[in-house]
Amino acid sequence: MDAIHRKYLRMDKLPHIWCPGCGNGIIMGSFIRAIDRLGYDQDSVAAVSGIGCSGRITGYMDFNTLHTTHGRALAFATGLKMAKPGLKVFVFMGDGDATAIGGNHLIHACRRNIDMTAIIFNNHIYGMTGGQYSPTTPRDAYATTAPYGTMDPHFDIAKLCVGAGASYVARGTSYHAKMLTDLIVEGAEHKGFSVIEIITHCPVNFGRRNELETPVDMLLWQKDHALRMAKAAKMTDDELKDRFVIGRIHRADIPEYVEEYDRLIEMVRKGDTDRG
Amino acid sequence: MSKRIGMEIALAAAEAVALCKPDVVAAYPITPNTHIPEHLSDIVAEGRIDTDFICVESEHSALSACCGASGAGARAFTATSSQGLLYMAEIVPVVPSMRLPIVMAIGNRAVSGPINIWNDHSDIMSQRDSGWISLFAADGQETIDMMIQAFKIAEHRDVMLPVNVNLDGFQLTHVVEPMMLPDQKEVDRFLPAYKPYAALHPDNIVSMGALGMPDIFNEAAMAKDQALINSKKVILEVWKEWEEQFGRKYEPIGAYRMKGAEVALLTLGSMGDTAEVAVDELRDKGVKAGLLKMKLWRPFPVEELIKAVKGLTSLAVIDRSAPFGGACGPVCAEVKAVLYDQKERPAITNHIIGLGGRDIVVGDFVKIVEQAISAQKKKPKEAYEIYGVRGS
Repeated sequence: MDAIHRKYLRMDKLPHIWCPGCGNGIIMGSFIRAIDRLGYDQDSVAAVSGIGCSGRITGYMDFNTLHTTHGRALAFATGLKMAKPGLKVFVFMGDGDATAIGGNHLIHACRRNIDMTAIIFNNHIYGMTGGQYSPTTPRDAYATTAPYGTMDPHFDIAKLCVGAGASYVARGTSYHAKMLTDLIVEGAEHKGFSVIEIITHCPVNFGRRNELETPVDMLLWQKDHALRMAKAAKMTDDELKDRFVIGRIHRADIPEYVEEYDRLIEMVRKGDTDRG
Repeated sequence: MSKRIGMEIALAAAEAVALCKPDVVAAYPITPNTHIPEHLSDIVAEGRIDTDFICVESEHSALSACCGASGAGARAFTATSSQGLLYMAEIVPVVPSMRLPIVMAIGNRAVSGPINIWNDHSDIMSQRDSGWISLFAADGQETIDMMIQAFKIAEHRDVMLPVNVNLDGFQLTHVVEPMMLPDQKEVDRFLPAYKPYAALHPDNIVSMGALGMPDIFNEAAMAKDQALINSKKVILEVWKEWEEQFGRKYEPIGAYRMKGAEVALLTLGSMGDTAEVAVDELRDKGVKAGLLKMKLWRPFPVEELIKAVKGLTSLAVIDRSAPFGGACGPVCAEVKAVLYDQKERPAITNHIIGLGGRDIVVGDFVKIVEQAISAQKKKPKEAYEIYGVRGS
């Protein structure tokens, strides 16, 4: 391990609990390199996580860290950001955490456009509890609770967040690790609620049930199915079937929640309550 | 005919539930109960039972979906653990108030924090007064039996209340044991088809979950309380029927080597099996020790407890959840409240053990019994002890 990674890790908490071949370590590496590039002081960063395999990340990284309950990471983080707007807040969640049990908080964080970066590990499955299908499990994929394939339509997290009002939405993968670092940097620098959806691989609880036998197979699947925005724009719907877009998907310059909150207080204090 | 099986207890619990042919199962994964609904989803997928299995987006939705299903007249089942039960908590007290006979398995696990996935009873104790019937299984066989008994108790016309069956996370859920699994014919004979008292139906309109103003709230609370207290009669009847049909005896408080006992341990759940070995060791040494294994937690078996402790000089009450600033652990609080009015009662000590999966071995129970005996002469300074804390 090189010095950059050592600097940001709690070495006494390693080795981590993630299975061999898991994508979570790749994401953690990309995140660390992003923070290093951003030049943030470690003490100015707050990392918040929920429950599930992704939730363990706050145990391993040496920032201000807060490991919360299942689904509630964004609600905790909202309180944190409001109380300490100076902190750079990053929220780590899995697909079940962010879009099932915590789905309510996700859409409301998007709606408020509060300045923080949500990093969603989308491995399409509940990995930690043994492979039950989640709201992002692709239709017809196999899971322990769907031995004949899922019949529930799945969420497109990026689309959901654009629809709910997030001002920056991007999608990366655990295969495109360098691009992921770029996206996290861009998301962090964006003022407002940024979502980085990461298509990642769970070989133990998703891959081996879905004809992707090894972690390498899963990474190659990502490579073969991911498309850059520019390329996707030139393709027909038919050609785009089963493919997904990576890169920055949406960026909008809209008022940020904490600043708006402070502005309103300032305005009322001045007695200037006429909104004209 | 019942079949002898060797199986993980969580899977056996699912097999037992499947024998009861639930109409709806709604669940959300949380360790350590997960294998119960997961195995049920397999059974449903194999077409062995005609059940709607709903993979909901949270425990809150799991119990809500069960409420809807049960309200429509379906036999509904769910399972959870720890924070999952806490997340359900908004719905938990509503179920008995609506008199919906939902059955829930709880793979007992410590409540956060720190986050911990291992066993203790802090999850169910947080829902102690919610109005559910609560049973505690001590082993795999009791888990199977209680799962089936639970539906019969819950759906009995004189009860119509939800039942939770508690099985210790990991110590029971993940352990393989030899058990007798009844066959479908036997269960069909024991458990009649569910006939709802009232069901939401367009042709026969009923109202459930209505607002209760102050002028009716006391009465509603008393009705809920009475229903729960009165359910004990049915529970005892159902257990008698079970014994007649399957030959396995169930009592609110099981007794182990209590004949002539002067000191006894009182346990809930799987701890009882370890405590039995401790009692054997103590008896071998000439200590007149016995064990009370509580299986019925709600409604609390008041008369049975008074009877069970007759002749004891010392009673060590074991709690597997901490009271945090309370007078004593939840089991001990009940025991003391019941025995306070008794002219003759044993000296009671309270030991909080096995929190968050901390291992409990035979020697621990031996030590606790010795403490309980000495407490008879010299009352301990503290009303309870958190047993086995390092550095204390």
